[in-house]
Amino acid sequence: MTETTAETRSVVVEREFPHPPEKVWRALTQPHLIEEWLMTNDFAPVVGHRFHLSGDWGGVLDCEVLAVDPSRTLSYTWNFAHDDPAYALKSVVTFTLTPMDGGTHLRMEQSGFRPEQRQAYGGAHAGWKQFLANLETLLERSR
Amino acid sequence: MPQAHDILFKTLADPTRRALFERLCRDGEQTVGALTARAGVSQPAVSKHLGVLKQAGLVRDRHEGRRTHYSAQLGALAPLIDWTIQMAGFWQSRFDDLEGLLTRMDQ
Repeated sequence: MTETTAETRSVVVEREFPHPPEKVWRALTQPHLIEEWLMTNDFAPVVGHRFHLSGDWGGVLDCEVLAVDPSRTLSYTWNFAHDDPAYALKSVVTFTLTPMDGGTHLRMEQSGFRPEQRQAYGGAHAGWKQFLANLETLLERSR
Repeated sequence: MPQAHDILFKTLADPTRRALFERLCRDGEQTVGALTARAGVSQPAVSKHLGVLKQAGLVRDRHEGRRTHYSAQLGALAPLIDWTIQMAGFWQSRFDDLEGLLTRMDQ
């Protein structure tokens, strides 16, 4: 799902998990658990805490915790520094947990991309990145 | 994320299927037999993967006698080139891993 505005865009991904919000919260906030599904990190659930997320493609994201409301909301910056502004990224990731019958509805919104952004750095997970780059080349060639 | 994108990502998430698709992109139209010879999996498995690719609109088949030729449909990929969709795909795959982690945490 993508929303386009004059200045920035956001990406929203939602899913329901058959697990209680407290448990999903732990997976979102404990470093050794975050590492298992997202990236290696030095996260702490404290507003103002600065940390890094390191991707297995070698990229490092600069992050700062913006909001912590246990089992409800977690928000942090998701920034990637790059000399070329087309590749640099300043965005905010917000997780919203809503209890539901027998589980949790998890909503992730990442906002703040500029329309001229060329690369989803931080999201460019190695395999996909290379695969999609190949496809883009193919598409260009077949035009 | 629209359902069509989900299907594309799911279809291409399988490495064997992605390899088949990439070969069709690179080398052009091919028969099931030719694809099987280099796929490293059995012909029924290749046929099954091609069926999934076809359902996602990524390949087209053409029958000639008893042979079926497959070709890549590059236009079907257009939605994936939008990087915001790539980002959504990134989170979808992270959520897949989160789901696996949550299940393991029960044990």
